[in-house]
Amino acid sequence: MKIGTPKEILEGEARVAMTPDSAKQLQKLGYDCVIETGAGAAAGFSDATYKEAGVEIVKTAAALWKAADIIAKVRIPTETELKRLTRDKTLISFFNPGANEDGLELAKSKGANVIAMEMVPRISRAQKMDALSSMANIAGYRAVIEAGNNFGRFFTGQVTAAGKVPPAKVLIVGAGVAGLAAIGTSTSLGAMTYAFDVRPEVAEQVESMGAEFVYLDFEEQQQDGSATGGYASVSSPEFREAQLAKFRELAPEMDIVITTALIPNREAPELWTEDMVKAMKPGSVIVDLAAEKGGNCKLTVPDEKIVTDNGVTIIGYTDFPSRMATQSSTLYATNIRHMMTDLTPDKDGQINHNMDDDVIRGATVAYQGEITFPPPPPKVAAIAAKPQEKPKELTPEERKAKELAEFKAQTKSQVTMLTAGGLALLLVGAVAPASFMSHFIVFVLAVFVGFQVIWNVSHSLHTPLMAITNAISSIIIVGALMQIGSGNWLVLLLAALSVLMAGVNIFGGFLVTRRMLAMFQKS
Amino acid sequence: MDFGFTTAAYVVAAILFILALGGLSGQESAKRAVWYGIVGMALAVIATLMGPGSGNWFLSLLLVGIGGAAGWVIAQRVQMTEMPQLVAAMHSLVGLAAVFVGFNAQIELARVTRALRDNTGEVFRGFAEVLTHKTPAELNMLQIEVVLGVFIGAVTFTGSVVAFGKLAGKIDGKPSQLPGGHMLNAAAAAGSLLLAILYVAGAGPAMLWLIVITLLALFIGYHLIMGIGGADMPVVVSMLNSYSGWAAAAIGFTLGNDLLIVVGALVGSSGAILSYIMCKAMNRHFVSVILGGFGGTSGPQMEVDGEMVAIEADGVAAALNEADSVIIVPGYGMAVAQAQGAVSDLVKKLRAQGKDVRFAIHPVAGRLPGHMNVLLAEAKVPYDIVMEMDEINDDFPSTDVAIVIGSNDIVNPAAQDDPNSPIAGMPVLEVWKAKQVFVSKRGQGTGYSGIENPLFFKENTRMFYGDAKASLDKLLPQID
Repeated sequence: MKIGTPKEILEGEARVAMTPDSAKQLQKLGYDCVIETGAGAAAGFSDATYKEAGVEIVKTAAALWKAADIIAKVRIPTETELKRLTRDKTLISFFNPGANEDGLELAKSKGANVIAMEMVPRISRAQKMDALSSMANIAGYRAVIEAGNNFGRFFTGQVTAAGKVPPAKVLIVGAGVAGLAAIGTSTSLGAMTYAFDVRPEVAEQVESMGAEFVYLDFEEQQQDGSATGGYASVSSPEFREAQLAKFRELAPEMDIVITTALIPNREAPELWTEDMVKAMKPGSVIVDLAAEKGGNCKLTVPDEKIVTDNGVTIIGYTDFPSRMATQSSTLYATNIRHMMTDLTPDKDGQINHNMDDDVIRGATVAYQGEITFPPPPPKVAAIAAKPQEKPKELTPEERKAKELAEFKAQTKSQVTMLTAGGLALLLVGAVAPASFMSHFIVFVLAVFVGFQVIWNVSHSLHTPLMAITNAISSIIIVGALMQIGSGNWLVLLLAALSVLMAGVNIFGGFLVTRRMLAMFQKS
Repeated sequence: MDFGFTTAAYVVAAILFILALGGLSGQESAKRAVWYGIVGMALAVIATLMGPGSGNWFLSLLLVGIGGAAGWVIAQRVQMTEMPQLVAAMHSLVGLAAVFVGFNAQIELARVTRALRDNTGEVFRGFAEVLTHKTPAELNMLQIEVVLGVFIGAVTFTGSVVAFGKLAGKIDGKPSQLPGGHMLNAAAAAGSLLLAILYVAGAGPAMLWLIVITLLALFIGYHLIMGIGGADMPVVVSMLNSYSGWAAAAIGFTLGNDLLIVVGALVGSSGAILSYIMCKAMNRHFVSVILGGFGGTSGPQMEVDGEMVAIEADGVAAALNEADSVIIVPGYGMAVAQAQGAVSDLVKKLRAQGKDVRFAIHPVAGRLPGHMNVLLAEAKVPYDIVMEMDEINDDFPSTDVAIVIGSNDIVNPAAQDDPNSPIAGMPVLEVWKAKQVFVSKRGQGTGYSGIENPLFFKENTRMFYGDAKASLDKLLPQID
């Protein structure tokens, strides 16, 4: 079968769904590759390089759609493009099926199979074809670069002969893939980076990237993002208020704000209000990665860069990945290639559209004249779908009460044990002879001391402990020594043997302990 | 010399022994602690030789010298991987010595009683002389102590011999019992109790009873430990350690020697605590360990789906070269393959590249409490990167690569996920939370306990098959 990639129609779209490298890999799967002339030019891949990789070049889009059995592209297909589909063709592309009913209907009427790249389920097996993540990664990186481009100062703090430069403070709202990429870029440029997310469980990831997580003073149990397949969901009004209050507090300090908050299938939530923009210093930059869905800041104008009256630049570009077309094409083409690998289990150049496969089923939005969107929930649970039951955070009072209860229980058990032990001692004392009792007390005290001492022994020294107790337990030699003076030959023999064995033990035990301990050393 | 000196020396020796054990709370103070123990022991021996009731100085010193020389040679030659066997073997010696000393006490007792009854006017020396001053009640007590000492000593002796055999691989590690199982043990224990009562009551031939009790105890020790699997050996060894202490304490009562009592009690409680710690680490009751085998499964084990994916050295090397943080989880397999040196080399190389490399040690890893720590120390792994389970378990999610070398049950997620698993509830190292897990393992088998390990089937797990040492040697040159 033939895989073809047309030139993107949308103006300004520089990406391409097939690169020379991915074409080579696709050919290994048994496919022939075909590409419209000039499709890769904007991304830095000339027709010549495609030709070298064994890709057939066709002159027009029409010819390409006719020639190819599988069409891979980037942007949501236009009506003209969809009309070129036929029953036996498969289209792989971004499709936005949630808000593209016309497109779905058209695909249905044509009977073609459509795989929407944004519908790839977020499970670990499908990560290699998760185009949303790979594009978000680029958007996050690029957002920082764009911000830097419009920011008049260094990111990193410097002390130079010409004066001291404070580091830039960057706030990243939303720590998804794009947010994390932005955090990584920003920290590596040397800015003091802060990050916020409604899912508290990402705090660890944020901190691992070197940014500071902005915590809210909010009592309510924050939502667990893992319940929604790793995406954020809508928060309660109270939570939102607390969040906005925190942002208001941060706004005057921040030089750069990058908002990445998106909720699947909804308009982007407003997180950076007008008064926050007003509170910012002149020269500050806001990059709104949610511009396409209405923006996290209401002043954002999609696809444009504006400067507010108080000198704050707001960037609302929606084409960050396209601005790094070479990189994003490479990643997207690899995502497509992985999708094809899953679609071609036999590597024979024939598509096997297995609708029982969670990933393929999830991503397919139209199949053999049926609309198959939305997909059923995946059989394999999404990332961390099993919510870990975390121990509830205790309030100080509860903790105190708990400690008190524990202390009481401990006291109780100790007193009980002491009483029982004391009674047992008394009982023994009542029947046993006095000479025995004097030894017995020594014994009990020794056991007690032993328990107190041994609990403190470090775990790593348990083997030396055994060796040394072994050596010490050869104290039995004392008993044997006391008997060796006896007149009886049998006693003498047994005692002598005991002394011999204990001697082996004493020397062996202590020496081996010393040998072991000498090995323990600090780095 | 008079009595006062001996007692004073005993007090000092006892304090030295306590300090010796207490000093083991840290690696540095431990080095001093051994000397306390050595001085304490020397003091005790000298004081006893000078004290009442002993004789044959020359013979005593000669025997100590011979035994000491043998001990010296053994201690120098033993491989660190053989520590479990050595410890078990040494326990058996203490057990046997306790039996002998107990018998001696009985022989002397019989001699003294006979002499007193016949009024031969014989003059006794040594221990026998002490006996002549005892009241009948005290003599009864003495007999109880003798029985206890001999019984515990005999169980310790055969038990340790069997444990030695299992640890050294001379006896099959699998639990095996004679037909009748624990009923036999119970019967033998009941028989011993009965005979012990007869013995103390003075009915019948006392010496014979004692010998039969000893034989029964020897049988119990043998049969009990034969029925316990290799994976439970840490508990067994620490239990025997405890027994050897209690035997010494019982003998101490017999001889009226406070130092023996003190030291026996110290050792006994130390072993008991170790057994407790080990049992807790396996989430098993002491009794169920002693009764042997993994019991108490309440339903079918969870089905494991997926497959084990193998990987070659170059794949592991690539992942390690990229990783920033690595945690190594060693187990008995590392000891068997003598791979600790190779592991240490690997760690050195990785650390030289500025990677964060640490070890996670499960309390029951290996066949002896703290076994892994000693092996790693031998291979010159600095002890401050060797972590306990509780210290490191939370760090796995932020770790790039976890390497499991020759351990199995202690990294088995079924302990948490599968309530029907025989090891359900046992605390385990959560290696599967690391981004990538490599398991170095000889083959696809289930190991000592025979429990399926879902870790091997996880998506982020790769199996690195082969002998641990050979695998690491293959891996080492590829780390740059």
